Amino acid sequence: MDNICALIVDDSSVMRKIVERSLRQAGLSIAQVLEAGNGAEALAAVQTNKVDLILCDINMPVMDGLEFVKQLSGVENAKGTPVVMITTEGSEGHVVQALSAGARGYIRKPFTPDQVKEHVLPVLEKKS
Amino acid sequence: MKPSNSGVSSAPARDCWLPTLQLATQEVFELMLACPLEVPGEAPVEGALDITAMVGLAGQLCGVLTLRCSAKSASHMASRMLGIDAEKAGPEMWDAVGEICNMVAGNFKNKISGLGDGCMLSVPTVITGADYNLHSMVDTGIHTVLLFEGEPLALTLEVHS
Repeated sequence: MDNICALIVDDSSVMRKIVERSLRQAGLSIAQVLEAGNGAEALAAVQTNKVDLILCDINMPVMDGLEFVKQLSGVENAKGTPVVMITTEGSEGHVVQALSAGARGYIRKPFTPDQVKEHVLPVLEKKS
Repeated sequence: MKPSNSGVSSAPARDCWLPTLQLATQEVFELMLACPLEVPGEAPVEGALDITAMVGLAGQLCGVLTLRCSAKSASHMASRMLGIDAEKAGPEMWDAVGEICNMVAGNFKNKISGLGDGCMLSVPTVITGADYNLHSMVDTGIHTVLLFEGEPLALTLEVHS
């Protein structure tokens, strides 16, 4: 996919920047990057923007990443938009919870740019 | 910082926790900052570690992980994470140190068998300044100091037994 719009959801602005840099290092053609500090902000963002890819943390204040993924399925504008979780919560239980809620991929922090590429590219290929 | 329980000890069943905490921390620095940490040959002088990041743990393991470093080290961590000059790190150094503490806590618990699903992490809290007392309601703990670019990085995991 070319010229995608990516939404990065994390309560850490430093981590949002690292994820954006990793996406660019993965060779993705990115036209726009939107940022949100929690799930509620992310829901507002997808209601007013056409997003191609969402990368989302789990542990966040206000609304966590799992709740965001559950509520995302009810947003008409975001139907089929893939979500990849990027989180420190790396246990099998958390992975199952996230995938059951609708996430398409799961990256454990700490991560390398290669790991981001490895998990994000297949998800985008399926979407296109 | 002056911990209320300065005589922290490690229960026999938790002997593996200290090397696991060191490994978890080293992995975070190698992957996210491209910077290996050194294990000092002898205990270094901790000096003025005036940035403290804390992440709470709840569930099968209850307690708090504390990471302390100097402001200079914190700005260098932010610099490495963001690819910017250390002088330009500004307030982002607090965010960077909090996120590092969060990743260390997550990486640590994921390495302890059976703990991953049964233990939740809080969002990180960062304190600036060194002149405070920490009164955490804990029973035991482990403490280690690693070297980041030659400067001390103190990690303490205090837990309810």
